[in-house]
Amino acid sequence: MNTKYSNQFKENLKRKTVYTLLYILLGILVIICLIPFVMVLMNATRSGVSIQKNGLSLIPGGYFMDNWETLKQFTDIKRGFINSMFISISVTILSGYFSALTAYGFYTYNFKANKLLFGFIVLFMMVPSQLAFLGFYEWMSILGFVDTFIPLIIPAIASVGTVFFLRQYASGTVSKEIIDSARIDGASELYTFHKIGIPLMMPGISTMSIFTFIGSWNNYLGARIILNSPEKFTLPLQLANLKGSKVWFENQGPLYLGLFVSIFPIVIIFIIFSKFLVESIAAGAVKG
Amino acid sequence: MEKKLSKYGYLYILPFFVIFIVFSLYPIFHTLYLSFTKYSGFTDPVWVGFDNYLLVLEDKIFWEAFLNTIRIWGVNIVLQIALALVLVMIFSDLKYKVKGLKIFRIIFYLPNLIAATSVALIFLKLLNQDYGVINKFLFDLNLITESIGWLKSSFLAQLSVSNIQTWMWFGNSFILFMAAVHAVNKEVIEASLIDGAGRFKILLHVKLPLIKPILIYVGITGLIGGLQLFDIPLLISEDGLGSPDGALNTVILYLFNHAFRYHNFGYAAAIAYVLFVIIVIISGVFLLTVNRAEIKENLKKKRIRKMGAKLNEH
Repeated sequence: MNTKYSNQFKENLKRKTVYTLLYILLGILVIICLIPFVMVLMNATRSGVSIQKNGLSLIPGGYFMDNWETLKQFTDIKRGFINSMFISISVTILSGYFSALTAYGFYTYNFKANKLLFGFIVLFMMVPSQLAFLGFYEWMSILGFVDTFIPLIIPAIASVGTVFFLRQYASGTVSKEIIDSARIDGASELYTFHKIGIPLMMPGISTMSIFTFIGSWNNYLGARIILNSPEKFTLPLQLANLKGSKVWFENQGPLYLGLFVSIFPIVIIFIIFSKFLVESIAAGAVKG
Repeated sequence: MEKKLSKYGYLYILPFFVIFIVFSLYPIFHTLYLSFTKYSGFTDPVWVGFDNYLLVLEDKIFWEAFLNTIRIWGVNIVLQIALALVLVMIFSDLKYKVKGLKIFRIIFYLPNLIAATSVALIFLKLLNQDYGVINKFLFDLNLITESIGWLKSSFLAQLSVSNIQTWMWFGNSFILFMAAVHAVNKEVIEASLIDGAGRFKILLHVKLPLIKPILIYVGITGLIGGLQLFDIPLLISEDGLGSPDGALNTVILYLFNHAFRYHNFGYAAAIAYVLFVIIVIISGVFLLTVNRAEIKENLKKKRIRKMGAKLNEH
């Protein structure tokens, strides 16, 4: 009786120890993941002197507005935010609408070149972007599009990955009977796409849209080679240019405020939609 | 009716293909054309045939950049997959049920959301030799007595970039692996537990084979992404050329500098195509080896089944 009791006690102790160790391990990992976010958030409100002297702090300071004023002297962060927003929203809308249209076209209509053209899209997904990159830049300068937003926005109409995903998605959610009955009721083809196709594909479109938005918002290389005038710079360009300036070495508070402006909109969007975003990553929808 | 409708099919995919040809397909051929020319961006391109390709193949710095990229990628992919597998083990254990998978998944994915530029700037600060948080922390724990120059030696600089990449991508791998394990019948794992298989045996013989297709996917996309590593080395190396000692000079950084710093567009274009061929070869060999192992295994199973059938006959 006694040994049985002590065995149970031992087992309990073992369980508790294992759980404690596991949660400590996970806790450390969580801290490693979150430290940069916390650092940016806190340091955006602190003075450069305090950051330099005291390192990391979990207590916010009172320098948010001061940092904002200083940051504005170095770079027009409001302009950068507006530019980034304008480009990313345009890209997201164009990519969402035209990818849905293309995917719907491939799914609904049995035209001759259907399989061939779709196969071409699948093949193209394997081609790394660096092949197009230099030719793209040269071609854009021949067309006179350098230093405009056109090369950063218009290509979104042809988002290969999104079309592929939505084509697969449509076959699961858009029923051909509904489309046929709409036709019999006399609805035009485009009307059917807008009133039936898009609503049925909407969950897929929104998921891809969020990843499209994040990708465009974070795009550095494209903006770096296309844009020259400072007033057209996007946030990543402005931030990269802060490296080596006075706010980089001496007064770091404004630098962190700039990083804050670039990071937090996305984090908030992700957390709001996290439930189905994680599911779609799990479904392998998002290319790594 | 069918014919009339197929007109709409072409109409709907038309905008996509117009933009696709102008902005994606044509640039690829334009890059190919440039790779056969000498072109500074100021005067007209001059046709030079395969000269650029021969120069790239003999270019020591190109191959160094290639090795740097492979090294940074190699350390990163091993760490990333190992970490993701440990997490899969923890979260799919049948005896110890750790709670909060949904929240952990979100937190582990957060690093993937930040722009690579911001990541580079943040880690430049964290890794700073004099006031960086990482050195300060190690000092406080009495683990070091002299500050470490994380970005001063080739070895540490490459290791740092590998770790940054791991930090950004392990959550993504974890979510993918976890989904694969979840897709499997729990009974299979339970049955092997009853058979007395230990945790590592289950990981090796039950879970890993289930994750294998995803593992291959992560490996190949990781390789393609890894070989194109650019933003982080550009911003984290002091001169933008891959300092210290060119240890952070990656292939795409080298390509970028040739094009936009030295104005050798032709040469840079040749680098792009050489890298593309290398990626195709590596992916091909990788897939072939993986598949060959599978084919062998299938044959083995067949043979065993046949033997079993024969034994039954007797």
